[in-house]
Amino acid sequence: MNFVPHTQADIQEMLKAIGVSSVEDLFKDISPGLRAKSFNLPQGLSELEVVEYCRNLSSLNSSGLKNFLGAGFYQHFIPAAVDELAGRSEFYTAYTPYQPESSQGWLQSIYEYQTAICELTGLDVANASLYDGGTAIFEAAMMALRITGRNKIILDSGVNFIYRSMLYSYTANLNIEFVETQVVHGQSCREEVYKYLDDKTAAIILQNPNFFGAVDDHTDIVEKAHSFGCLVIESVYPISLGMLKTPAEMGVDIAVGEGQSLGLPLSFGGPYLGFMCVKKDFVRKMPGRIVGATLDKEGKRGFVLTLQAREQHIRREKATSNICSNQALCALRAVIYLSLIGKEGLKELAELNYQKSEFAKELLAKIPKVEVKRSSPTFNEFTIVLPKRVDHVIKKMTAKGFIAGFPLGKYYKGMDNYLLVTVTEIKSKDNIVDFAKALEEVLVA
Amino acid sequence: MQLIFEKSKPGRRAVKLPRLDVPIKTGLAAKYLRRKEADLPQASELDIVRHFTNLSRMNFSVDTNFYPLGSCTMKYNPKFTEKIARMEGFSDIHPLIWQLEAGEKFAQGALEVVYQLERLLSEITGMSAFTTQPLAGAHGELTGVMLIAAYHKAKGNRRKYVIVPDSSHGTNPASAAIAGYEVVVIPSDKNGFMDLEIFKSKLNPDVAAVMLTCPNTLGIFESQIGQICEAAHKVDALVYYDGANLNAILGKARPGDFGFDVVHLNLHKSFGTPHGGGGPGSGPVGVSKKLDEFLPVPRLIKDADGTIKPEFNRPKSIGRIAPFYGNFGVMLRAYAYILFLGKSGLIEVAEAAVLNANYCRVKLKEYFDLPYDRVCMHECVFSATRQKLNGVSALDIAKYLIEKRIHPPTIYFPLIVPEAIMIEPTETESKETLDNFIKVMKEAAAFAISDPQRLKDAPQNTQVSRLDEAKAVRDLDLRWHPL
Ligand SMILES: Cc1ncc(COP(=O)(O)O)c(C=O)c1O
Repeated sequence: MNFVPHTQADIQEMLKAIGVSSVEDLFKDISPGLRAKSFNLPQGLSELEVVEYCRNLSSLNSSGLKNFLGAGFYQHFIPAAVDELAGRSEFYTAYTPYQPESSQGWLQSIYEYQTAICELTGLDVANASLYDGGTAIFEAAMMALRITGRNKIILDSGVNFIYRSMLYSYTANLNIEFVETQVVHGQSCREEVYKYLDDKTAAIILQNPNFFGAVDDHTDIVEKAHSFGCLVIESVYPISLGMLKTPAEMGVDIAVGEGQSLGLPLSFGGPYLGFMCVKKDFVRKMPGRIVGATLDKEGKRGFVLTLQAREQHIRREKATSNICSNQALCALRAVIYLSLIGKEGLKELAELNYQKSEFAKELLAKIPKVEVKRSSPTFNEFTIVLPKRVDHVIKKMTAKGFIAGFPLGKYYKGMDNYLLVTVTEIKSKDNIVDFAKALEEVLVA
Repeated sequence: MQLIFEKSKPGRRAVKLPRLDVPIKTGLAAKYLRRKEADLPQASELDIVRHFTNLSRMNFSVDTNFYPLGSCTMKYNPKFTEKIARMEGFSDIHPLIWQLEAGEKFAQGALEVVYQLERLLSEITGMSAFTTQPLAGAHGELTGVMLIAAYHKAKGNRRKYVIVPDSSHGTNPASAAIAGYEVVVIPSDKNGFMDLEIFKSKLNPDVAAVMLTCPNTLGIFESQIGQICEAAHKVDALVYYDGANLNAILGKARPGDFGFDVVHLNLHKSFGTPHGGGGPGSGPVGVSKKLDEFLPVPRLIKDADGTIKPEFNRPKSIGRIAPFYGNFGVMLRAYAYILFLGKSGLIEVAEAAVLNANYCRVKLKEYFDLPYDRVCMHECVFSATRQKLNGVSALDIAKYLIEKRIHPPTIYFPLIVPEAIMIEPTETESKETLDNFIKVMKEAAAFAISDPQRLKDAPQNTQVSRLDEAKAVRDLDLRWHPL
């Protein structure tokens, strides 16, 4: 094997220095009764063989289909420089920057990432990353419970169903009361939220744009929540923040979200990036690593991991979270991406997504018996109602080279004919026209 | 170095986006729009490329420096696995596609990776089944404790306590607490093992589980592990295996054979995937037969015709714990790594990792205190107590290593060793590299006697000298502000 560099002579010399006669002697603490009963693995392969085998596997996947499926996970343009820079092994073969003098590059990058996330959401303090958008909601919920000392949570059903089900899994053994409120005409149902809101409610969890793609202004809900001493957590889609009202502008306390759209490939589900950004009063209750600026002995600016007294390696069972390894490399991609897209670019990008999606709405609405839901505004994702069950339509659309969207009936009762369609900047006008044409053909057939 | 925000200049752009090729419609109502713009950098592509390239050079990494960071298994990460992870057939696949009608046929290659990896990990650990959903080690721990809770709940009593030894990693008690348990801590005995008598005295039918690390965080194989499993099982408490240190025992021993009920692995450590400045990781969880029905959904099943499909219909499942099927990109690299090394390669990994750690142990024990002086596994834990008498701390020694271009070992962990210096060389480091490290450590030990200030002044050749961490907490500065 080529990965262990030792020659036979090295091994002999080292054994001699240790004072044992064989490597096996070093394993004596593992008594015969504890030895592996089996280790039936294949023999190793060469690099060439492994790469070829994996290339074959990769060719069994469908990377060629034109993708109109989003549902929280989006195909966006990724500038080549993101891969080039995040692909530098001085970054990716390092680890948690425990030693600041030998990790300034990483620490500064994370500080820059924190700044970019604060700018996006408008809130005061971001952490260095969480695993994904779903665990970020869970962490935010736990944080709200700690801050308020209450145990009830109002969960808007416009929050991605995947995240809601993760939240229920994590809290199955905790004594938390959840109420789920409906979406009406695409948006959060105020009436229902206010009905449940009381002085036992720790947090209201919302999403903007919500799972159906609808854009909302949650300012009124936040005001009402605060009058009960209840916090508001909002999950946001970072690209939409090139255009949409920020969590801070709505008064939201904790913004979280999935950062995959910030320069990360879809990669069949990960690694992704959970981000969290909070009002500064809550910083000591926040989970995850945080980088801060300070000075060295000569008065020069430098960066360190800070507020570590919140974390598991110090606080153990009393820590704000159990998180240790996080998604730092993904956060690096995000800050490189946001730097490349830049201040003006982000606005343009949001506008491209919005306009292309509006164009798609208009074309799809012209297909006989197709209804485009228009009761609320949308950003780059919207709901259409088809004259047929969506699952069959999706199957036929793949034969024409399209992933048509997400079948809402799979997770929402009575929505078997509803399709969630996403249009990002990577779709040209022709792609959209072709998509509408294909859909019409499938529906007529 | 200036921040990218500080290098920013109004009007400068990097990325050129496609022009708007559709007719323009009216925008959203003002109440939905942001008022204050996001003040992102305004820089050219070259500005940004130079900035991050230079930042990358301000780090120690495995590719540039010896990195014996104990408990973190900073082994060499083979390059071909990066190439595989970037193949478009993997990187461009939407994670929901296989859950659409007949959509699984568009992801069979990716699903095969997951399916095979789960089976390989089962064989490597001797567990009955695996889920690769957990996104890091600590996430695997949380998943594992949730599985344990589901098991007890199904029997009508969720129980109250989780036992951990005081040598455990901080994530163990934190994970147990987040899953809703009270944590009971057992001290270590003079051998560095969990004290068996105290452990037994704390065992009762209210104990849900005991979480162990083996080899433990002192790098010692706890030979009493069989007795611990047996005693726990007598009161139907389950036994959890923190597999972060699996590297040491690959092919030699398997937690499933010892009687463990739940295992998490850190693929980013043992199986050679890059840890990237703190992640991403991947923390798959393996279970014994009795926990199989509680595993997170979806599960992967293979049809008679070989098609892999998701299965959601598992009424006792703890539900979803990750949005999809784990950190796929990390899992893919680990899968390729296992295929490359194969059976004998993995055994060689364990042997060389243990050989290297023992070599460092023996060569350095004359110079530093070794509180648990016995053959070690993949890492050894020294203490700088002797140096501390001269005012030199483990931290000072670490800073001297940095000056000598070596990433320091883990320090101040495990908490039971004062002034701990935890050295994990890993199997991919040559004898020459170890000899150089040993030489530098001896120099540090000599300075601790002859010139302690020399160590206190280290490092002297880095971009910054020692940083004021107290100030960082006192005067919180967690983001850049526009002037
Ligand atoms: C012994 C041990 N257990 C658990 C963990 C947690 O793993 P992760 O950082 O992937 O969450 C670590 C890693 O730091 C570890 O060393």
